[in-house]
Formats: sequence, C-alpha cells, structure tokens
Amino acid sequence: MSGRVSANPTASSQATHAPGIAFILKKALISALVALVLFSLMIGVRTEAGPEGQLIYWTRFGDLAAIVAAVFGGSIIIELLRQWWGPVGTVRVVPQPVQSALSLAGRLLPPVLLIFTFLVPVIFYNERYILDLGILVLTYVMLGWGLNVVVGLAGLLDLGYVAFYAVGAYSYALLATNFDLSFWICLPLAGILAAFWGVLLGFPVLRLRGDYLAIVTLAFGEIIRLVIINWQSLTGGPNGVTGIPRPTLFGIPLSAGDDGLAAMLGIEYSPTHRIVFLFYLILALALLTNWVTIRLRRLPIGRAWEALREDEVACRALGINTTTTKLTAFATGAMFGGFAGAFFATRQGFISPESFTFHESALVLAIVVLGGMGSQLGVALAALTMIGGFELFRGLEQYRMLVFGVAMVLLMIWRPRGLIGHRAPTVFLKHSQAISSDLVKEGHG
Amino acid sequence: MSGEPILSVDRLSMRFGGIVAVNELSFNAERRKITALIGPNGAGKTTVFNCITGFYKPTSGAMRIVQDDGQTTQLERLNDFRISKLARVARTFQNIRLFPGMTALENLMVAQHNALMRASGLTFLGLIGAPSWRSAEQAAIDLARTWLDRINLLDRADDAAGNLPYGDQRRLEIARAMCTQPALLCLDEPAAGLNARESGSLSELLLSIRADEGTSILLIEHDMSVVMEISDHVVVMDHGVKIAEGTPREVRDDPKVIAAYLGTDEEEAIAVMESGT
Repeated sequence: MSGRVSANPTASSQATHAPGIAFILKKALISALVALVLFSLMIGVRTEAGPEGQLIYWTRFGDLAAIVAAVFGGSIIIELLRQWWGPVGTVRVVPQPVQSALSLAGRLLPPVLLIFTFLVPVIFYNERYILDLGILVLTYVMLGWGLNVVVGLAGLLDLGYVAFYAVGAYSYALLATNFDLSFWICLPLAGILAAFWGVLLGFPVLRLRGDYLAIVTLAFGEIIRLVIINWQSLTGGPNGVTGIPRPTLFGIPLSAGDDGLAAMLGIEYSPTHRIVFLFYLILALALLTNWVTIRLRRLPIGRAWEALREDEVACRALGINTTTTKLTAFATGAMFGGFAGAFFATRQGFISPESFTFHESALVLAIVVLGGMGSQLGVALAALTMIGGFELFRGLEQYRMLVFGVAMVLLMIWRPRGLIGHRAPTVFLKHSQAISSDLVKEGHG
Repeated sequence: MSGEPILSVDRLSMRFGGIVAVNELSFNAERRKITALIGPNGAGKTTVFNCITGFYKPTSGAMRIVQDDGQTTQLERLNDFRISKLARVARTFQNIRLFPGMTALENLMVAQHNALMRASGLTFLGLIGAPSWRSAEQAAIDLARTWLDRINLLDRADDAAGNLPYGDQRRLEIARAMCTQPALLCLDEPAAGLNARESGSLSELLLSIRADEGTSILLIEHDMSVVMEISDHVVVMDHGVKIAEGTPREVRDDPKVIAAYLGTDEEEAIAVMESGT
C-alpha cells in the first residue's frame, strides 16, 4: 500500500538532480589535480642514500601518471554511481516479497549462526588453525558483548575496557599459580575482582560525560597496564606470568597422562581435545554473557541503562539513582571482561602486559560501534568480520591494514549506525516493532 | 491533615552570581488542588520549579512537603532523584524530555523503576525469573496500559516515543510522571505548542488527575485559557518576586498583574482596563 504512495522516488530524484557531463568532468579533473600535487613527490620522485652517502634519486613519472589517471577515472565512476543511487536519504521502496524474505533471513540468522558455531569443532576437527581462529573470534564476541552493556546500553564511552580484561587474566594467573586454585573457582573470582575495579573506576568518572569520560577511562586502562609492568614482585613485570594451569573438565585434566580425560574415556589422546574443550568453554561463556545481557535488558536495571543513554536529566526526574545505575553498568561490563580475561589466561598459559594495550580496547570498541550499539547480533557479526576478516586478508601482506581500513570506512558510510542499527523494544503490548536508529540516542557519557 | 497545604515554599531565594532569579518567594500549594504559577518570560518560574524538584540547590529558604499521612519532608535537603523517590514529587519539562528511542510503553515502565527494582529483588530475583517478579512486572504493564488508555495512546503503545506527534508527546510525559505515583505533580508549561483542541483535552486530563488520583498539581503556564479554566489558585511572579495571588478571577483583575504582562506601569494599566470595559 505504502509502495504506491512513494512510488519510484529514484526516477524523480534523478530527473531533478542530474548534473551534466561538464560537472562530472570538472569534478574528476579537480580530483586528478589534487592527486597530481599529492603524489608528485610521494610517488613521482624516489630518493635513496647512495653508496657514498650522497642522495641519489630517480623519477617514476609512469607510475605517477597511472595513479592520476586512476583517480580521474575513479572519480567519474563514483560520480556516476552516486547519480544512479540517488541523493543520500532517498526512501527506497523494497518490493514486498524481497522485504519478507529479508526479514525471514534476519530471523533465521541467529539460530543458524549458533548451530553452525556449535558444529565448528566437528566440521573443522582436523584444522587447528580454524579452531584457534574460532576461539579468538568468540573471545572478542564475548568482550564485545561485555562492552556493549557499558557503551551500547548505558551509553558510557569506555576506552579502557582492556583494563578489566587484564584484571581478569591476572586474577586467574596469580590465584592459580600462587594458591593452586582451580579454574572453576578462579573464574567467578576473576569476574568479581574485575567488577570491583569497574566500580572503582566508576566512582571518579561519574560526573564526567562524553569526551571527558573517554579520556579518563583511557587513562585508567593505561594505569592498570603500567601497574602490571612495574609491580614486578607480584606480576613479574614485563616478563609476565608463566605456567598458568590449563583448565580441567571439573577436575579431570585434558592431558596425555593416565588420569587424563582421554585415558578415562578409553580413547586415544590428541592435543585437539583441549582446543575443542576451550572452544566450547568460550562459547559457553559468551552465551552466558549474551543470556544475562538479554535478561538484564528486560529488567528495570537494563531499562534504566537505556533510559540513561536517552536522557539522564529525565531519569533523575523519575527518581532513578543515576549513580548506582552507572556503577552497575560499569561493574556488569567489567565482570564479563574479567571472565574473558580468565579464559584468555588459561588458554595462553602465559600472559604479559603486552597483551593488554590500548589497541585491544580500540578493537573491542570498534566491534561494538561497527556492530550497532546495543545490538547483540550486530556485535557478534562485527567480531566475526573484524577478527575473521582480518585473518582473511592475511594474503595481502602489507596492504592488509589498508584494505581493512577502507572496508571499515565504506561500511560506516553505508551503515553509519553499525551493521544492525535499529533497536528492539524490551516490552510490548501488541507487537514488537524495531525502532529506527535515527531516534535512538548514542548517549553522552 | 487535609487542611494543611501539600507544599509550602517559605522565603525561597535563588541567586546565580549577581543575578537574583528568585527573591524571597513564599507561597502554598493546596492539597488536591491545581495551583498555577504564572508570570511574564524571565520571571523566575522555571527556576522555582527547578528548586522544588531538586535540579537547583536554592541559595536560601525552605520548601516543605507534607504527605497525606502527615509525613513531612524538607525538599531543600534532598537532591535530585531522591525528591522523586522519597518526597513523591514528579515533574515534566518545558522542552519535552521523553526517552525518544524507547516505546511509549517502555517510557512508562522506566517511570516505575523504583517499585520494579524492589520487586525484582535488586535484579537478582528478576534474573532467575521468580514468580513474584513476573506478577510485579505484569502489574506495572497494566498500570502503564491504564495510563496509555487515559491519554488515548493505547494504539501507539509500541511506537517509539520520538515518533509520536508533539501533542501526544506532551501527554505521554504527563502520564510518565504520573506512573511514579506522585503526591505532587509539577508541570512546566504543559500546554506550550498545543492547539486549542489539544489544550482542551489537556485541561480535561489534568482535572481528571486531580479528581481520580487525588494528586495535587503545580503548573507553570502561559496559556491563560488553560490557567483560568482549571486552576484553583494562581500565583503571579515578576522579576523573581510574587506580585499577586488568589483565585483566577482575582488575579485577572489585578492591575499589578496586567501591568507586569503588558510591560507598563500601574496607572497606564488601570487606564487600559477602564477604557476596555
């Protein structure tokens, strides 16, 4: 029905907004000129130190001409594509069958993805590389889901999430190596300790919003890392902690010995058993994170987080204690980070401060933003794209980062609010309808 | 205790640096009545509201609220969210502050946060899905549904609040404030931007709130038709001080009020009035 009302908007917008050939050529010429100026020295002239230390140079005008021609041609193509696509913000009418097929695919995607994840160790049993990559992706899915509570739901920009990951990892490593506690006792302890640090970080930053909050959380992440490096007597400093015990299946080690799982089951020992076990362990932890987050969203605390992201002043007027609400968001997110950290420590068997740099925080934040803030499925897809995709480009060697960066920029142009930009309501009377990302706020810290 | 006013403001002053926004203002809001606070732009009405609802800390003065059961609270001693939670004062804002990315129903659920938080055992009972939590949640949804019905928004319960028309957003904000089950409802220009029909239905809504819920209402309003129609008591402010007080009729005929609104001195205002009648 609505299709008829706004029929054929592309055609009408083309009629009004079609700049002529002259405009396209002019634009392409300007782009080519800018490219010529930029690359004339960068590519056109190559300098090198000669055998006697003098500067020798030679020119590469052929390459320069190729680049400039590529920019000229590319500019024309982009302009034509833009005309074909119509102006930004055009309402496009998607035919009804396509629409219903898309929504069906959208509904089927999570269960299909979940079943596939469960089957990964079965399908790829002999491919150690795929299994390791799967574990890595799932670790980031879990970290992304954890940070999603803070950034996506509560709208508090946290650039120091890696601190909680580090606290979790070191909690497990130190408790296990010093006190011989098992993984299953250390796991909740690591979560609690990380949550404690989350609250500790939360207190001083409660008054801060937006950029200021981001800076302080960034500093917090660095402080934790520097403390770990410098507190040599406890953490081993830059040398890290070695000999961290491997996880056991409720006390049964996954080793080649007589008391190992393989011997008990009467099957031949294979080192893959442990990898598969780790895979299912992180999958269980990630699904726990997901389940708790979905539950929390439907509870008053989760709604208060989202309300806080939407309008903090209105929250206060409704009698919501914004202090404790923010602290619980920090603590919950930190706790999941701590769980993931403990898993990381037990998987690696060795941890050092190098694993907990700002790069990790940025990566996890990028996963959350790319996925669509607040969307569980979006975060999982983004983690898969970011970590898996990055591995996919390994063949490109030094251009890997470049291709990856371009892909991210394109994705953000195409979907400025992340892969899954809309928000699903937590409660409904008649039918749940997705809320457009235009209305949902990002939060101001 | 019904004779006692619900809110007594006693010599309230608020200074911002050298500017005196409110100067020694005293007035009472009667229980189960609608009290209107009016005055020209910049008279300090919203500042008074922000002091009452805890968004500003007053420079001096006292504000006391007496609940139906006689429990007394000094508002100037509480800060922001505690005023809504403990003193049961709810407010709306001059520029609507809904949660635009949440549905109308969710907005009303957030308003019941404190009651639901207790029912969910500070989240833990809710996390395991305890039956007591489920029934409390259903009760909260029912209360929200009742209010959505009263403001004629039941059909749009699952629409994002930011997508609703302006007039609906105004009414939804009032319903959201009412879902906190307040003793005193403070409305900051509820009729601003509404057309005649919408402000008519707003008046009906406010009168029904007073009659059915027994909630006392304090409102700031510029729309004189609304003020004259529904208020029981009117307080007029200009330049941070009270210049008149009384029934709508008394206030309307007060030369000082007319002078303040027309921006002239008193003698001229009397002349205008006499020539007009």
